[in-house]
Amino acid sequence: MEFFKINTKIDFMRQRKWAAIFSITLFIFSVSSIIIRGLNLGLDFTGGTQMQFSYEQSVNFQQVRDELDKSGFNGAIVQAYGTSKDVMIKLKPQEQISSKELAKQVSDALHGSKLQKTEFIGPEVGKTLVINGLLAIVISLLATMAYIAIRFEYRFALSAAIALLHDPILILGVFSFFQIEFNLITLAALLTMLGYSLNDTIVVYDRVRENFRKIRKGTAVEILNLSVNQTLSRTIMTSGLTLSVVVALFIFGGEMLNGFSLALMIGIIIGTYSSIYVAGSLAIMMGLNRQHLLPSEKKLIDNAVL
Amino acid sequence: MQNKYPLWKNLLLILVVLISIIYAVPNLFHDDPAVQISSKNEETIDTTLIDIIKSSLKNLHLEYTSIDQEKNNIIIRFNNTDLQLQAKDTLNETLGDKYIVALNTVSRTPKWLQALGAHPMRLGLDLRGGVHFLLAVDINSIIKTHINNDMHAMSDTLRNANIRYTGANIERQTDIVMHFRDSENADKANIELNNKFHDYQLTQTKVNNDFIIRATTNEEELTKVNSYVIEQIMGTLRNRVNALGVSEALVQQQGRDRISVDLPGMQDTTRAKDIIGKVATLRFQLLDINHDVEGALAGDIPIGSKLYYTTEGRPALLKEQIILHGDSITYASAAVSPDGRPAVQVRLSGRDKINQFNKVTSENIGKPMAVVYIETKSEPKTINGQVTTVHHKHEKIISIATIQSALGSEFEITGLESAKYAQNLALLLRSGALSAPISFIEELTIGPSLGANNIHIGLMSILFGFSFVVIFMAVYYRVFGLLANIALFLNLVFIVSIFSLLNVTMTLPSIAAMVLTVGLAVDANVLIYERIREELRNGISPQASIYIGYDRAFVTIVDSNVTTLLVALVLFALGSGVVKGFAVTLIVGLLTSMFTATVITRALVNWIYGGKNVKKLSIGIKLSR
Repeated sequence: MEFFKINTKIDFMRQRKWAAIFSITLFIFSVSSIIIRGLNLGLDFTGGTQMQFSYEQSVNFQQVRDELDKSGFNGAIVQAYGTSKDVMIKLKPQEQISSKELAKQVSDALHGSKLQKTEFIGPEVGKTLVINGLLAIVISLLATMAYIAIRFEYRFALSAAIALLHDPILILGVFSFFQIEFNLITLAALLTMLGYSLNDTIVVYDRVRENFRKIRKGTAVEILNLSVNQTLSRTIMTSGLTLSVVVALFIFGGEMLNGFSLALMIGIIIGTYSSIYVAGSLAIMMGLNRQHLLPSEKKLIDNAVL
Repeated sequence: MQNKYPLWKNLLLILVVLISIIYAVPNLFHDDPAVQISSKNEETIDTTLIDIIKSSLKNLHLEYTSIDQEKNNIIIRFNNTDLQLQAKDTLNETLGDKYIVALNTVSRTPKWLQALGAHPMRLGLDLRGGVHFLLAVDINSIIKTHINNDMHAMSDTLRNANIRYTGANIERQTDIVMHFRDSENADKANIELNNKFHDYQLTQTKVNNDFIIRATTNEEELTKVNSYVIEQIMGTLRNRVNALGVSEALVQQQGRDRISVDLPGMQDTTRAKDIIGKVATLRFQLLDINHDVEGALAGDIPIGSKLYYTTEGRPALLKEQIILHGDSITYASAAVSPDGRPAVQVRLSGRDKINQFNKVTSENIGKPMAVVYIETKSEPKTINGQVTTVHHKHEKIISIATIQSALGSEFEITGLESAKYAQNLALLLRSGALSAPISFIEELTIGPSLGANNIHIGLMSILFGFSFVVIFMAVYYRVFGLLANIALFLNLVFIVSIFSLLNVTMTLPSIAAMVLTVGLAVDANVLIYERIREELRNGISPQASIYIGYDRAFVTIVDSNVTTLLVALVLFALGSGVVKGFAVTLIVGLLTSMFTATVITRALVNWIYGGKNVKKLSIGIKLSR
């Protein structure tokens, strides 16, 4: 079976203006949503107590909220958790009361519920996590950029880095706009996407480098178009397969992995798009040409053997 | 182009695959909930005990699947956790204080596999239920006390040696600065301090008319203090956790000053916190030599004295007057005394306390003195059907020594039986001394049904994600697709066997990472196969296409995996808990997937197509010639 019979000849680079407008619009939209609406940070980052209760029947949320209000838990956030019979209740960090005591009080307030899980995270932990999280993002970006700069060429590294920034910002934008909870494991997904979306970009760049050396004539735009087309079937195939795996995780993985798999899903789609349009187009805009990718003497010999 | 692997390479691959299958297989066997009974002291474990257990379980109609006697304990297996919990409570009541009754899970892995060291993966709390704590240890306050105590100890040393100093203070938090009026005193002090405080670096300077000795603790020394405080707390925590009756508890250091405690199967946080939060203390007491121990054992305990036992269980009568508390000890380390026998060096601080200690010891030269170690333990007790926590103090004598001279700020406990004993005693002295403030900064309780559910959803995601990919690959790439599928399956086997072998804990995020690696692993094969198809389309011969496909794609595979690997390493370094678990799985998965996707599939391809005159490859394309 083949999806891509003969070499496709889509002129990706001609569409790059539209792609740029599309990307910039989404980017601005995401950034403003992050600034205006902010992120719905999970317990990991904010600290506090979080309890998961399950009921015999479907939960009446209004009733749960009323029961909590009556018992004096005014700031409590009540959320559906996976099934209609499960609720997640979040409380701000409370002083002078142990989480066990708190869980008991809440448990008493909610009739007919069964406590499944309590989680208490002190505010200082959240602070460390935020710092480490930001640090992780910065170091990941620098490390991957350094690797590409070493393996390829700085124009590639820079374009890849911009494409790289583009992806997580859009993911964060979606999380912010729909106010989906952003927790530690989602952050891990976001960073994994940094690595993954580079994957596609590198495959394209690898092919660009190879083609520049193999095909003596042809402009940079032509070579890029050719490379993207040659790797297109692979790009779509693997993205599709990885996406299907992640969709399975999204459907069956339960509430705990929901944000995680969602971030990956968005990431794979955006990552595929950005490695086709953003990374390649940017390299051209930066004036990439054959000269930049001419192999060193030793590499020429290596290639000649093949 | 032959496309054949040499024989040794094929054999090696088969061996690697076989080994990983052996170590992965135990995970297919279920765990039985079990109750483990071990003796606290030297109580014997024999058939009579088994009979007692059997009859008490029978009385309550608690059915067990098996009851086995192992080296030092008895394992009773049950069909479900309800029975297990009930049995634990009953046995706790019947067997009393002499035995430890703990919840456990026992694998059904066959004996011969266990003999090879194969065992199932450790499941995280999110997969089996339990309690997790993160404790913060206030290291800075300990270091502050440590430095402060040493400053006083230095002042005492100088005073005792009749060296006059004009002042002492602490600078930059870790430097002790002593001031002198003239160089003569400063020089003498330098020699005196140098002899006694090996853990400090002394520098002598002069500012105007002020002669200064600056004692600096090097960074190394502080790290040492840090690590021994943490180690000592972790040791104490492990002992206490054992008292909780959780046999697979995990106590680990997290970062510089944090300790995580995982108690699988445990549900009662209050009780757990109660026990974990306690502190151990030390006391020095004189032996009551005017009365004999036999009389005291018979019940005739003289007023002002109390009967204690040594760690070996020997009784001793001690005077109740406490001549020194453990918090006065600033330092204790194993050493060798001049006569070549193991000893423990102890350093004290606090002038009044030292004076008192000095006075009492000078009056009792030639008489024995005991060191008593006190640990408050909390144990669950079933009283009238209600489970309550009972605190009781465990007091035991860890050392009895004869006072050779009046003891001051520094003394040695000599004549110890072995170097190991000296080390243990030093550790106990330190642990009784440093009661580090611990606070609970994170707490997580997961119900057992939630854990079971998480395992279920984890398996479902793997199953569905995997199935889709496998079917698709087989349809799209035919024989090559099937080979990739074998590699994908082996990849999972490799991950599981590595996790089992290295005792890495499997959590829900790890499962997510495993599912993700299926996607990443298949990427490598798609890259190779697409390349082979391309070469075939360009009219290259099948054998050459295979060769070029693998060769060209390899660089790209490495390149693209390295970046993901870099991110995973960053996550591993900076992440904690769930994120770390995710990162570890991702790292392991990336490495194994690179291996399976390139080497294993290549071996399989070689096996089918290699060394033959092949006209056509079953890779899912029709070539029009």
